[in-house]
Amino acid sequence: MFQEILVHLGEGLLEAFQPLNMMMIFFGCLAGLFVGALPGLGSVNGVAILLPVTFLVPPTSAIIFLAALYYGAMYGGAISSITLGIPGASTAVATVFDGRPMAQKGLADQALMAAAIASFLGGTVSIVLFTLFAPPLAKFALAFGPPEEFSLMILAFATFVGLGGDDIPKTIFSILIGLLLATIGLDIISGRPRLIFFDIPGFLHGINFLVLAIGIYGIGEMLWTLETTQGKVQVENVKITWKRFVSNLKQVKEYIGGATLGSFLGFFVGTLPAAGATPASLMSYGLTKTFSKDPDSFGKGKPAGVAAPEAANNSASTGSMLPMITLGIPGSPTTAVLLGGMIIWGLRPGPLLFAEHPEFVWGLVGSMYIANFVTVVLNLALIPVFVKVLATPFTVLAPIIFTLCVVGGFAPTQDMHDVWLMLLFGVFGYLLRKLDYPVAPAVLAIVLGPLAESSLRQTLIAGQGSAAVFLERPIALTCFFFALMLVLYPVYQAFTRKGKKKAEAAEA
Amino acid sequence: MTTKTAELSMAIFLLLASIALMFKSAELNIGWIPGRGPGAGMWPFYLALGMALTCLATIFRWYRRTTPQSRNEDPFLSPETFPIVAITTVALIGLLVGIHIIGIYFSLALFIVFYVGYVGRHSWGLTAALAIGTPVFIFCLFEWALTTTLPKGLEMFEPLYYPIYDLIY
Amino acid sequence: MKNSFKKIITGVSALALCTTAAVTAAQAWEPKKPVELIIMAGKGGGADQMARLWQGIIQQNKLSPRPFIPVNKPGGSGGEALQYLKSKAGDNHVVMVTLNSYYTTPIMQPELNVDISTFTPIARMALDTFLLWVRPDEGIKTLDEYVEKVKAAGKDWKVGGTGSGQEDSILTAMMEAEFGYDVTYIPFPGGGTVAKNLIGGHIDSTVNNPSEQSEFYRAGQSMPIVQFNDERSPAYPDTPTAKELGHDIVYYMQRSINGPADMDPEAAEWYRDLFKKVFDSAEWQKFCNEDGIDCSTWLDAAGLEEFHKNGLARHKNLIEQVGAKAITGE
Repeated sequence: MFQEILVHLGEGLLEAFQPLNMMMIFFGCLAGLFVGALPGLGSVNGVAILLPVTFLVPPTSAIIFLAALYYGAMYGGAISSITLGIPGASTAVATVFDGRPMAQKGLADQALMAAAIASFLGGTVSIVLFTLFAPPLAKFALAFGPPEEFSLMILAFATFVGLGGDDIPKTIFSILIGLLLATIGLDIISGRPRLIFFDIPGFLHGINFLVLAIGIYGIGEMLWTLETTQGKVQVENVKITWKRFVSNLKQVKEYIGGATLGSFLGFFVGTLPAAGATPASLMSYGLTKTFSKDPDSFGKGKPAGVAAPEAANNSASTGSMLPMITLGIPGSPTTAVLLGGMIIWGLRPGPLLFAEHPEFVWGLVGSMYIANFVTVVLNLALIPVFVKVLATPFTVLAPIIFTLCVVGGFAPTQDMHDVWLMLLFGVFGYLLRKLDYPVAPAVLAIVLGPLAESSLRQTLIAGQGSAAVFLERPIALTCFFFALMLVLYPVYQAFTRKGKKKAEAAEA
Repeated sequence: MTTKTAELSMAIFLLLASIALMFKSAELNIGWIPGRGPGAGMWPFYLALGMALTCLATIFRWYRRTTPQSRNEDPFLSPETFPIVAITTVALIGLLVGIHIIGIYFSLALFIVFYVGYVGRHSWGLTAALAIGTPVFIFCLFEWALTTTLPKGLEMFEPLYYPIYDLIY
Repeated sequence: MKNSFKKIITGVSALALCTTAAVTAAQAWEPKKPVELIIMAGKGGGADQMARLWQGIIQQNKLSPRPFIPVNKPGGSGGEALQYLKSKAGDNHVVMVTLNSYYTTPIMQPELNVDISTFTPIARMALDTFLLWVRPDEGIKTLDEYVEKVKAAGKDWKVGGTGSGQEDSILTAMMEAEFGYDVTYIPFPGGGTVAKNLIGGHIDSTVNNPSEQSEFYRAGQSMPIVQFNDERSPAYPDTPTAKELGHDIVYYMQRSINGPADMDPEAAEWYRDLFKKVFDSAEWQKFCNEDGIDCSTWLDAAGLEEFHKNGLARHKNLIEQVGAKAITGE
């Protein structure tokens, strides 16, 4: 079986090396970087918008282009997270936590490099896993029903217990308001609109994650920076020399552990339908922080805090192609659009695709190896360009960022309602932040909330109102167990530290 | 307003908002439907209740002077920083209103002239380059490369773009 | 694979050449700016796939001087899209791709205050079909066996669907009324997720469009028991219709194009011509055949208006019969 895989992979690589496909990979990665870096576009909209372009080439080249774009966009999200402090997509939220502080300290190049290398690692691990274990993993994904999804969401929530500030009521408030904002719009279980304030039709589509994230991180962050810098240049121009590049490269050993963990975690979470890259990146960040020797230094600009979520989101983006190709089920919103594309090209994703169109599947797999390589080279080469952004005077940079925010808030839904809402969230987020309300938990909760609510209610309906179903599900119980451990671990840590200090004090 | 009063006012405002949200949620079924689990309004209702409770906790902590803000008598918005934040916010509101009336491209140009030229006091050359360059870039990227339309304002401004459409499509 | 693709391209471009010549001579109205193609469902779903395919066909064959731009407005089961179209009265540069929620949403959400008969019907592109699916390991071969099994299981029988008030929930409620059983209906976001939950054994049966199940069927992981068409669909010649078995349950999903109220007649005529070309294109007909979608009959303005009138009346009836409560479960 192993030999067979190698033969197929060889054929796939040959397919990917054809000039047209190579060109597709290159332009896909470049377009992806660009689309990913613009807040509000992100991979979903990028893929959806460029889908019709691909009717002009054969299907294999088309999917290679879009997959490369997806791939590039995952990294592009990190660029805006680090240099501008605005996550381009939900998958890049966790990258802001440490990426932005690093940039403010003048270490943007280090952060960008950590992101590039971690992404490369995540990409490599996930493609190898994809090549070796696609069919059995697809079976595992099928075993994930609503109870398992709910337990996975609980696990994801548990990983970011430590992300809040010191003020516990304010942190809880932030999580709750994020969850509440997520409930606005249509309730699919009862089929009725929910919390439509003042009957404004714009609330019917709910509050997109991007509206809150761009509002808080884009507009709110800009107001905050304006206040602190008074419109001066915030970071001295960083001279990127070869020497600095090499010394940055040596930093790898600091974050390789977290990135490796993130790569494996990202792939497995990514393969589960409905989960996708966002929970994967959050869980990776949370776990790396919890189990690091120095959890308190996270959130203040630690390369490991950039590497862990970046490895996971790249890895998960490959992982989420697995259920799409083997089952015809999208693992993320972007793969949902890719799936639509495949159907339009006359390819039927599903259990038979591997057997009936090996040239397509293996061409795609081959292209992922190459795309991964192309992205890392492109990124490392472009770091000096991205860093320049930070040296721009603030009164020039700010209007450009506001422009991107407004356009990015409008483009996904084509509704000015969302842009106004974004401004409201921005100003409010700024005021709340001044009063020490942490904003990150709200942004994360709006992403995970809907998944958690609907999977819980699906489980309860299936159990006719009884939660006993969870007890019969070994996978769900395992997730709950780990979630409990994660919540208790920091408490245990605090106790042992206190114990140690006491012991030390007694000795002295 | 001092930071101290700001914290209390914000907590009271959020408390009232949470209570309003509880009433809004109660328009739906907030109970447990036998055999089906929670109703549509149950989840948001209890979330809003939780929000209200955390606000009460914050107010209590303010009263006990536990939070650093509740001991801070400095002005919430200091006179040195308030103008730039206020100007930016007002300019942004102007930008959004402008988008509804004269469309995104002209509003952006005006916004940039105001911000780069007037607030930032940069040279007129740079201001003009940005004021023209940014909308042109956004137009090329969205309307041409990505075929996504952006708002053009009132209907009377639409024909201005017809010749450009002739050129690019 | 590649060859057939080339053939389609040459075929269609030849067709396009002939038609563009005709268009320039006859038509007075043409779009002056990009046309918004509103989709009353989310990205990646069945309606979205079709809309993007049409967009591709239009662009590739240069059927329109201005591009068509798909905009998804899935909010409130399409309620948001309906209100948007209502607000665009008299606009000649907006058209909407509709599903059956075009009928059900205004009935289920009277507060929207939308009257679809004011909109401008343009063309009906297809009728999508519904089948009842189960897993082969459930040991069900016929409708009678199915009904017997469901009756024995009662509320323990789990039917998956795409949401209360959606087409499949109405069909499920119709079956409950016809066969006199009561099942547990679990909503999921999107037909793909429903399919996965059926194959994974988390639900027991579902009424799905063939496009969402055909691959699992070919792989032997799911099987259709009965179809709800007037006649057997050519893609599923061995599955009986409910009608043949003496149960009067016929249900289709309409896929049509509609403009806002007070659209200029010339503009509506232009869109009608355009979508007729899309309808006749080899790509569209191939897509329909593979997906078991009925694309045999094209309906123009008059036909579609009549069709909508019947559709609306029928859904009003259905919802009254089974009761809105049976659909929403509250």
